[in-house]
Amino acid sequence: MRYTDVICSFCGTLCDDIEVVVEDNRIVDVKHACRIGTAKFLSSNELEHRLLKPMVRKNGKLVETSLDEALDRAAGILKSAIKPLLYGWSSTSCEAQSAGIELAEELGGVIDATVTVCHGPSVLAVHDAGYPGCTLGEVKNRADLVIYWGSNPMHGHPRHLSRYSIFPRGYFRERGQSDRELVVVDVRKTDTAKIANRFIKVNYGEDYELISALRKVVNGGELREESVAGVPRKEIIELAEKMMNCQFGVLFFGMGLTQSYGRHRNIDNAICLVRDLNVHTKFVMQPMRGHYNVVGFSEVLGWQAGFPYAVDFGRGFAWYNPGETTANDVLQRGECDAALVIASDPVSHFPRKSVEHLAKIPLVAIDIHPTPTTQIADVVIPSAIAGIEVEGTAYRMDSVPLRLRKIKEPPEGVLSDEEIMRRLLARVRGAESGVQELEVRAR
Amino acid sequence: MKLILKNGFVYDPINGINGERMDICIQDGKIVEDVENGRIIDCSGKLIMPGGVEIHSHIAGGKVNTGRIMRPEDHIKNVFPKTGVTRAANGYSTPSTFLTGYLYSKLGYTCAFTAAMPPLMARHTHEELHDIPMLDKGALTLMGNNWFVMRYLKRGDVELAAAFAAWLLRAAKGYAIKVVNPGGGEAWGWGRDVRSLDDPVPHFDITPREIISGLVKVNEMLSLPHSIHLHANNLGRVGNYVTTLETMELADGAKPARERQTVQLTHVQFHSYGGDSWRTFASEAESIAKAVNSKDNVIVDIGQVVFGDTTTMTADGPMEYYLSSLTGLKWSNRNIELETSPGVTPFIYSKHSPVSSVQWAVGLELALHIKDPFNVLLTTDHPNGAPFFKYPTIIAWLMSAKYREETMKEVHRAAQRNTTLATIDREYDFYEIATVTRAGQAKSLGLEEKGHLGPGADADVAVYDINPEEVDPGRDYRLIEEKFARTSYTIKSGEVLVKDGEIVRVVNGRTLYVDAQVDESLERELMRDLDYYFKRFYSVNLANYPVQEVYLTNPTPIKVETGVR
Ligand code: SF4
Ligand SMILES: [Zn+2]
Repeated sequence: MRYTDVICSFCGTLCDDIEVVVEDNRIVDVKHACRIGTAKFLSSNELEHRLLKPMVRKNGKLVETSLDEALDRAAGILKSAIKPLLYGWSSTSCEAQSAGIELAEELGGVIDATVTVCHGPSVLAVHDAGYPGCTLGEVKNRADLVIYWGSNPMHGHPRHLSRYSIFPRGYFRERGQSDRELVVVDVRKTDTAKIANRFIKVNYGEDYELISALRKVVNGGELREESVAGVPRKEIIELAEKMMNCQFGVLFFGMGLTQSYGRHRNIDNAICLVRDLNVHTKFVMQPMRGHYNVVGFSEVLGWQAGFPYAVDFGRGFAWYNPGETTANDVLQRGECDAALVIASDPVSHFPRKSVEHLAKIPLVAIDIHPTPTTQIADVVIPSAIAGIEVEGTAYRMDSVPLRLRKIKEPPEGVLSDEEIMRRLLARVRGAESGVQELEVRAR
Repeated sequence: MKLILKNGFVYDPINGINGERMDICIQDGKIVEDVENGRIIDCSGKLIMPGGVEIHSHIAGGKVNTGRIMRPEDHIKNVFPKTGVTRAANGYSTPSTFLTGYLYSKLGYTCAFTAAMPPLMARHTHEELHDIPMLDKGALTLMGNNWFVMRYLKRGDVELAAAFAAWLLRAAKGYAIKVVNPGGGEAWGWGRDVRSLDDPVPHFDITPREIISGLVKVNEMLSLPHSIHLHANNLGRVGNYVTTLETMELADGAKPARERQTVQLTHVQFHSYGGDSWRTFASEAESIAKAVNSKDNVIVDIGQVVFGDTTTMTADGPMEYYLSSLTGLKWSNRNIELETSPGVTPFIYSKHSPVSSVQWAVGLELALHIKDPFNVLLTTDHPNGAPFFKYPTIIAWLMSAKYREETMKEVHRAAQRNTTLATIDREYDFYEIATVTRAGQAKSLGLEEKGHLGPGADADVAVYDINPEEVDPGRDYRLIEEKFARTSYTIKSGEVLVKDGEIVRVVNGRTLYVDAQVDESLERELMRDLDYYFKRFYSVNLANYPVQEVYLTNPTPIKVETGVR
């Protein structure tokens, strides 16, 4: 069976033009996807690398069990906790996220996603300054100046350049690449920088200064310094003029900007730069979001609870205070007494102090394959791959929502994240609950 | 479920019922002549109206959520912990989806249309509508800066434009054609705007005038339930009433295919300004009202301002940028490929500000100068003029000259000097309030089963604890304000959802969308063109664009026979 227009549920580029051939419930061919996207599709065949059976820890060891027992144990852990942490969410569907938010609310727990360790600072900056952006098709049709700052899409988002920014022909950019200019700002000459028309090497941790210098020029000030952040004055003025004189400019920025010294202040300053530029021309910006549905989490939590991440439902309503309610802070203060981790591996990626606490408390892990996190969990529930084995919704990095497809069956007995959440919710509520459930979002 | 609402004072303008004391009978979610053994709800001494119908409110979708995410400060206000019935809910000018449903229901509303859905983002809008309980709902669908629309109209191919509009409503699961700053949205793709009906749209060689008249034709060819819903050019600009008057003339471009207007000019308060600078900023509400009074194919909704902190959000990107450059407050923007360019920025309407004070007066002037209340619908363009839950305050202003006078004393004297509000002594009665909050909306939207209480109507009813024989709204305006904020009962599809101002039951409403079909060969021609264009210029494939019905709660297509070929 050949499927066209399939959506790759790997990175925030969320390519929707993939062709996949499935035979006997095995993916035998993948067209148009990049190397990592292809690998994700093919990995669904390799059941030996998947989690297939629910497990619970007995006498210190994870042993296989029935789904019902695993769900009962998980619900028991969550229900008896005073302040459970529900973490992960960026690599699953909005439907699962929605059910997870309802679960967090029911439990009075804290819910947070990987936003907290990637573009959390961008979100904080948006609170300060707003966010002038556009959809990626606008870039393709109009942009004549494309800047990647602290981002290396050749590796992180391989098809970003060819689908949206540099290579494609657009309505007003009929000749594609030759109608555009690519500028890369980074601390080292990345592979993306190698194909750029201009590479600007900024001193490590001095992005803020460079942005300020650009703003100074854009706003008509005189730059007196010989160089700023390691960039000579002449180059800064040239870049600023390029930005002011283009017809449609776009600033893509990555973790090089959000996670380096200055963090949300960098982004705040960059937003102000883009705003300043709009006095002269059209300019927009776009964070290079990593996980394919990290944006979806903020959207769903935004419309349901009013905040984009790190929400504590302990008071019966949504409380948001990054630095207090963010996953790492809750863990490092030793505040949560149980955790549920879904579609994420904090044991590999969180600071040691957080992991130490995670190891101490009862832990439920839901994932498609084993990870260091599932290894230390007390309950492990396997789940199906959204976008391959189950349907659902995901938001591209520019917030364009797409419907993920199902192209093959999940392994036997393996449920979707959404269904697992729904079943946990039902168990946590118990039969005596008086809450009238809104229609289940099973789609 | 059978219900009898006994002995209330009924206000049902569509059926000409003006405060008669009567029983309303309900069976199987509909109003019926008579019912046996129904549960009786005693409504004596209470006022009964059809469920409120919201015609223009930004309650769901990308820019609403951008507002929420940009403004955490808005969500520490107005906080409601979860109860045994309701979810945790919060937000003031950008309430969460749950709170939106709860608050509308408490006001006695049973149906709401979100004001501006970009088709590419329609799936998001529907995801949010899905999570708005208590209401039937639908979405006005943005077309005024759509490349296909502009191309087809430019080459004079109205049929193909109509086929496209029909397809787009089906694909986006939309209800009506919305036009926002026609041409200006596209110009904003280059950081520009259009400033008059005859300013050409860059690269598309078409003018706002041609887009509007073209879409009026398209709308009537398709015989859609609603007219085009038009946010005119130059919103919020000093002296913009000239553009507004010119725009009204374009309503004459086609004969209405149904018993309704051909153009609804929306939030016209923002389009009724005279003067030539912010210093001479003045009301031209009277000129606009005069034009509305003299035409039978244009209606307006007000877009009333209420003082306080709010979040402005429109598909009018250049306007939002302009506004944020005046205030210096944070600003979000998202140009949407081939379609539109929404923006969001916070705003504070201050009683000390001459401009805000005039804006406040302009809305009320419009409502009071326009004679037929079916032609002037109550909106705040939520949250642009104010959050929708300020409706009771506006109702009280409309019903009480004294209340207006009291407020006038508190605001900047520009409201007195530069508007006619202080000279108006008209006061709305309950019949007129029922018209501007539900009957007029239902008529404008072509919703035959809403906005009235005749047999066959949806059993959507609001019961307010007001005894019209005892209350004098002109004097007791505080009471009016208080009682319209919390119904005694809100009944939707025959179920009691609110009792004594508290939510007692949470339900999912229906999602209404228009399913209009055109001739097959025309459709084929359209699909060939769409195919070509999507491959080249959209960033998503055509196959992934249409919104699946699974996103809709109780999907309810409204079939329309168009005969377009
Ligand atoms: S760029 Fe990202 S979304 Fe596209 S195919 Fe590669 S991994 Fe998948
Ligand atoms: Zn509006």
